[in-house]
Amino acid sequence: MNYHWNWGIFFEPNPMGTGTYLDMLLSGLVLTLKTGALAWIIALIMGSIVGVMRTLPTKGANWFGFAYVEFFRNMPLLVQLFLWFFVLPEVLPRSAGLWLKQLPNAPFWTAAIGIGFFMSARVAVQLQAGIGSLPRGQKMAATALGLTTLQAYRYILLPMAFRIILPPLTSEFLNTIKNTAVAITIGLLELTGQARSMQEFSFQVFEAFTAATLLYLLVNAVVVTAMRFLERYVAIPGYITGK
Amino acid sequence: MFSNFDFGVIIRTLPYLFYEGMTFTLMLTGLAALGGLVFGTAIALMRLSGYKVLGRIAGVYVDFMRSLPLVLVIFWFYFLVPYIGQWVTGASRPISVGAFASSLITFIMFEAAYFSEIMRAGIQSISRGQPAAANALGLTYAQTMRYVVLPQAFRNMLPVLITQTIVLFQDTSLVYVLSITDFLGAASKVAQRDGRLVEMYLFAAIVYFTISCVASFGVRRLQARIAIIR
Repeated sequence: MNYHWNWGIFFEPNPMGTGTYLDMLLSGLVLTLKTGALAWIIALIMGSIVGVMRTLPTKGANWFGFAYVEFFRNMPLLVQLFLWFFVLPEVLPRSAGLWLKQLPNAPFWTAAIGIGFFMSARVAVQLQAGIGSLPRGQKMAATALGLTTLQAYRYILLPMAFRIILPPLTSEFLNTIKNTAVAITIGLLELTGQARSMQEFSFQVFEAFTAATLLYLLVNAVVVTAMRFLERYVAIPGYITGK
Repeated sequence: MFSNFDFGVIIRTLPYLFYEGMTFTLMLTGLAALGGLVFGTAIALMRLSGYKVLGRIAGVYVDFMRSLPLVLVIFWFYFLVPYIGQWVTGASRPISVGAFASSLITFIMFEAAYFSEIMRAGIQSISRGQPAAANALGLTYAQTMRYVVLPQAFRNMLPVLITQTIVLFQDTSLVYVLSITDFLGAASKVAQRDGRLVEMYLFAAIVYFTISCVASFGVRRLQARIAIIR
């Protein structure tokens, strides 16, 4: 191999004047985590609403939930980000579109919202499956006790369903973090983007991508460990994973 | 709202979009799914082989691939494949492999990790009595897998495999980061050349949506048919 390795590159100053190359990658990591966190909050909120709607007896709510999930699941994330970033400002009324285009940090907000809605369809499917896995008697008992539908979901169904789907939610959370890398296409300098620009400035391809890879692995390990603790903490007594 | 939009640009560029772009996307999807399935099955067999070292290697590979973003993996292979090619062929400098080969290798290696998990679940879903009976009949390990276990595992997992292929079809759009002319790449090139971002991206979205929707509808029907047989 006639590739010139230079692992010291991380401690050399980057051409942006923001410290070393390592600082550049770390700022990318922070942006990845920020985008991932905001997207995950959106995904959880929207996903919970839509997931519940799909289990309601109302036909209209059911249908809306179905259409929502199909809409966000059947388009590539990249295309969805382009729709949010390039198309939305044009089809909105002129003043609103202009405001959107001039928004500072537009790639960040677009990425968080786009990835959030993309992932919310997946969260909705998981939650629907979780609610569906509960014995029918639970909802009947709630109704018999005189709880309203809202109360039944709030106090009986959702606390159970969320705990049951915690393991698949963990991998959806990891997917959310990984998907932030797609936002490189709309100019978000998250971890992959910073590794790419480090490669372009320094020509040290493999050092840059190795560092990014290790950081992603680290994030994964931390999230998996944290979620395992959470799973044990909220485990339902009587279930296989329970105490 | 659409008064100053020019939807004629779509009609004018249809041949380019589909002959150049969609052909690339579908070829990449099909070949990557096939390659991913073959490698994925091999990895699943390694994990279930009972040899600790083999199983560990396969497990690490799957976990590693699954914890990285696809975009990063695409970049990795784009820069790495020329050096691997140089090492394999013994050439004096990194060889150039071209956009299609590079992205095909990337997607095969990446999807193998996901397909292997599906095939593993499929193999594990087959009752213990089946390989035991094959063994009693005097079939070798390879024969047992070839004639007894894998056909059933594949059949049981067919809906999941197709669903994964639909995800793969959508993910191939990410070769955009290498400026390759897949379907989205073609749409995007026209969009930037003619300044028609809205029209082209909306059209691309509709095409992806329609194909994925039809395919997942097919999967649902298939699932219903398989469910009756079992």
